[in-house]
Amino acid sequence: MSIPFDKLDKAFENRVRLQIMSILVVNDRYDFNSLKELLGVTDGNLASHLKGLEKEEYILVNKSFLGRKPNTNYEATPKGKQAFKAHLDALEALIKHQKSN
Amino acid sequence: MEENQAHQDLASIRNLMERSSKFLSLSGLSGVLAGIYALVGAALAYRIIYNESMIYQSRQYYSLQLNHPQELIELMVIAVVVLGASLLTGFILSLRKARRTGQKFWGASSKALVFNMAIPLLTGGAMMLIFLLRGYFGIIAPASLIFYGLALVAAGNYTLKGVQYLGINEIVLGLVAALLPGYGLLFWAIGFGVLHIIYGSVMYFKYDK
Repeated sequence: MSIPFDKLDKAFENRVRLQIMSILVVNDRYDFNSLKELLGVTDGNLASHLKGLEKEEYILVNKSFLGRKPNTNYEATPKGKQAFKAHLDALEALIKHQKSN
Repeated sequence: MEENQAHQDLASIRNLMERSSKFLSLSGLSGVLAGIYALVGAALAYRIIYNESMIYQSRQYYSLQLNHPQELIELMVIAVVVLGASLLTGFILSLRKARRTGQKFWGASSKALVFNMAIPLLTGGAMMLIFLLRGYFGIIAPASLIFYGLALVAAGNYTLKGVQYLGINEIVLGLVAALLPGYGLLFWAIGFGVLHIIYGSVMYFKYDK
């Protein structure tokens, strides 16, 4: 039996990225400040992970203005949702594999 | 990757999916209190309709007419006070629970909750007002139960799941009330009073503790 490590998505190795993705699969859109508050991370940390996910084309960025305040929203792409699901399947397989040993 | 880490990842995913999309600070205790207000309101309304001055001796719903504007105004005042007190209690107790559990009170999930409840509630409110002005008093009890139930079913997607079951019960009760004109106040007291107390206590012991 092959060890299912290789199926785990490298983009989700970081916990924060995985958490961002879990929020975006259940919410159509989520804004930067709400993400920051929910995850309890710093601006810079969150921004760099969002950039990473954007580079993978797992999320889309929508910039708009609420009055004069800039408001940045994020949404998961179909590719991102699929990658997230595959990653969950891999995690599940990993746990099963280790239990059977 | 360790097994432990995989477990932790899954736990954190599940937790965030739930917390990011649902307003979980809804207070069960406020449901119980709203039920008590409704029962007190229904008792006062009962006195106005059936006892006081014996205007409406027969239990006929169509006997309540616009030629008794005094009673009508009193009933509306009771309804508005019960509604206002319930909303205020729900607001204060949920705010307190949100502070205690560290959840944001006015965030994406509570906005979605309010928006989705507002559509059936405002529609129902406007419709009841229209029918009231045209003299169809019998529609108030069933319509308020049905539209409130629809609002709760919609709200259930953005908060504790139990709210959805309460909504379905309110809808069924409203439909039964529509079949049995003349017993509107009784169904209203069961739906807004008794059911709130039951569901509020269940949610209180399940989530607030």
